[in-house]
Amino acid sequence: MSPRRITADANPLRDPRDKRLPRIAGPCSMVMFGVTGDLARRKLMPAIYDLANRGLLPPGFSLVGFARRDWADQDFGKIVYEAVKEHARTPFREEVWRSLSEGIRFVPGSFDDDAAFDLLAATVAELDEQRGTGGNHAFYLSIPPGSFATVCQQLERCGLSSPAHGAWRRVVIEKPFGHDLESARELNAIVENVFPADSVFRIDHYLGKETVQNLLALRFANTMFEPVWNNRYVDHVQITMAEDIGIGGRAGYYDGIGAARDVIQNHLLQLLALTAMEEPVSFDAHNVRLEKEKVLSAVQLPHDLATGTARGQYSAGWQGGERVVGYLEEDGVAADSRTETYAALRLDVDSRRWAGVPFYLRTGKRLGKRVTEIAVVFTRAPHLPFADTATEELGQNAVVIRVQPDEGVTLRFGAKVPGAQMEVRDVSMDFGYGRSFTESSPEAYERLILDVLLGEPPLFPRHEEVEQSWRILDPIEKYWASKGRTPDQYVAGGWGPASADDLMHRDGREWRLP
Amino acid sequence: MIVDLPNTSTGAVSRRLVQLRADTGAMALSRVLTLVVVTEETDAEDAVEVANDASRQHPCRIIVVVTGNRRGAARLDGQIRVGGDAGASEVVVLRLYGPLAAHGRAVVTPLLLADSPIVAWWPGDAPKDPSADPIGAMAQRRVTDSAHTEGRPRAVLKRLAAAYRPGDTDLAWSRVTLWRALLAAALDQPPFEPVTEATVVAAPESPSGELLAGWLAARLRCPVSLARSRRGTGIISVRLERASGTVDLVRPEDGNTSTLSQPGQPDRTLALQHRSDAECLADELRRLDPDEVYEEALTTGLAAVRASRRTASEAVRAGDAPSPSEAAKTSRRLRRAARAAGTSAMVEKMPMPADDASGEQVQQAAAERLAEITERRS
Repeated sequence: MSPRRITADANPLRDPRDKRLPRIAGPCSMVMFGVTGDLARRKLMPAIYDLANRGLLPPGFSLVGFARRDWADQDFGKIVYEAVKEHARTPFREEVWRSLSEGIRFVPGSFDDDAAFDLLAATVAELDEQRGTGGNHAFYLSIPPGSFATVCQQLERCGLSSPAHGAWRRVVIEKPFGHDLESARELNAIVENVFPADSVFRIDHYLGKETVQNLLALRFANTMFEPVWNNRYVDHVQITMAEDIGIGGRAGYYDGIGAARDVIQNHLLQLLALTAMEEPVSFDAHNVRLEKEKVLSAVQLPHDLATGTARGQYSAGWQGGERVVGYLEEDGVAADSRTETYAALRLDVDSRRWAGVPFYLRTGKRLGKRVTEIAVVFTRAPHLPFADTATEELGQNAVVIRVQPDEGVTLRFGAKVPGAQMEVRDVSMDFGYGRSFTESSPEAYERLILDVLLGEPPLFPRHEEVEQSWRILDPIEKYWASKGRTPDQYVAGGWGPASADDLMHRDGREWRLP
Repeated sequence: MIVDLPNTSTGAVSRRLVQLRADTGAMALSRVLTLVVVTEETDAEDAVEVANDASRQHPCRIIVVVTGNRRGAARLDGQIRVGGDAGASEVVVLRLYGPLAAHGRAVVTPLLLADSPIVAWWPGDAPKDPSADPIGAMAQRRVTDSAHTEGRPRAVLKRLAAAYRPGDTDLAWSRVTLWRALLAAALDQPPFEPVTEATVVAAPESPSGELLAGWLAARLRCPVSLARSRRGTGIISVRLERASGTVDLVRPEDGNTSTLSQPGQPDRTLALQHRSDAECLADELRRLDPDEVYEEALTTGLAAVRASRRTASEAVRAGDAPSPSEAAKTSRRLRRAARAAGTSAMVEKMPMPADDASGEQVQQAAAERLAEITERRS
């Protein structure tokens, strides 16, 4: 008996049947730009701790912070500690914290300071020696897109973007990926000039991989949904992403961008693609992307953009128990701003499966509550063997996929009301991931950071998809900018402007109350 | 809420469950499995607690079958716990007395959830043949705990190996998952050389050490030996011999931190905590398909492990195992070397750093640090 051979691809201690064994990333570090930001504090640093706590980070994992602060390593350690204490999902363990804190470094600097990036390069090189990070480093750009170019060029200048043989360098960027087709291309050119396409991870935290995979499993692992998932049975589809908050302090980012670019371009079109796409040949990233691109390229805009779209701006009102100001009164927003905080539109998918089934997309800030859902609404039965009075309260059947909060699926159908009268009324049957499975399924960011460190291709948009979605949105934005009226005002805490309701009424339909 | 139903029948327990559900609303709707816990009175409370904890990840109905005094008249005492007293689950405790004590299956059957898997768990002494046990036979998954089963670990595991049926698993096996993960990750990295020999050092009463050694033997197909550390120390170290040197993973006694050393790589410390029973049980509930890797480690691997009476210190002296005291020293050294490190108590006391800085300040700090690091590295 001779010992088993070990190669880079064949590790005898790994077995596809061994589902207990977590995949631990190889030696590496993460360099985080913009560590003073809200996102880094509330999500990224806690996610890293949670991964460490679950034993998924490699030995020697190091975290390097980069920001315009005069901090020592310990100071940054304190920042991470506070973020972990407050926001981590898993319980605090002293020994996990100790091992993590040994690898915490900080580089003070601004993006235009060459010395700071030389310092970063030296710090990273030192980590390779001290902690054995093996030349593998991920760069998380949690910074405004305006700075991408400077940072990427700096990384290239000091050799941080080109790995030695056998090592990797990866970069993570967050939405927005541009504000129209042209700028998206420009941004992409900047990043892909420095990092190869496979090393660029675009992330969309609203739509975690978990959500996407849940949706794929629901559609393609079951037999009961797919047969009715077409224009013979589906009347229309509504995709909603509502937020109850206003723009907060983000006027600088939001004004001039608006709801459509902020949400529809990425989240809602992604949800549309996942809902409408055909079954991929396999569930690897490449094939899923192919199907998504296919369906996105079949999306048609309404002929008349005036009646097929609606937009609005929130005005002052009462949200929950609080009095809130209107968009135009927010700090940093011009009094005559034409930026929309609500957008709704009708799209058609020209494929044999979906011809004639409109997809209604809507999103807005300061709406009734925070909810993201996909509602597939079915046609009414062609003939009901009941008297009209019996089915007065019967609506259309629907499958509602709740993306957040309380991820799950609701089926809506008619049932007889108990009693001597024959009367059918809508009821709903409910499934919640949180109730049937683990209460604390991993945060989107944990999945994402782990995927980056493992080098798993993301299910997330490659550049082609980003371009496709701008192709859909650009004409609408252009129309709004040139011919459109100023956005209609709607009362904060409600469900959007009357023009959005009219858009549905013209088609003889109604928005669901999510 | 805890409802006691002394001297009752399963029908009454069932009716009461439905009634409680109607009274409190939507609870208990999406239970995904039934967990049957078979235990003695002394372990019952602990077992319920562990099962409750595990059920937070997998909402389930927990049926605890407590075998009481076998003498006297047949009697069934029931207790239902729901809401705050039952975590994310509903717990039915059934105490069986007299002749009924031998017929756990009869009382469990009417209370099983419809159309969902059944997991049997013996927190204490496991049956000799889990799949032949009446309750074990109903279950898709049978979880034993060889660490709490009467007998020497080797003998207990041998018995479980002889009786193995797909669906059997053991908590001692889930306790070594983190060790296995770290070892597998170590072999993911170059140099890619076969492992020629492996040594596991573990306490004599630890079936986990035996299973870890069995797994290494089955997977690596190299000689694996086991040396004994003092009782109560758990697993102490694993050494994998390769042509270029050894991979050592050491967790000194009572520690939650281990050190990993590999040729060509700096030594590293990493958290390797003892897993709680609840965590391990939750792991078992996560997957209900047969665990072939456990089967392999138990049935073929274990037999290939050289059983030696060597003690840990003998193995260290012979150069077959890493020294735990050295490892503890290394971990202390690494800690000192890491400048930002500190216990949470120390970090807690630090003031929050200033959240702003002028451009010049930052530029100057970067320049100074760069000079410092260049000097250090040259």
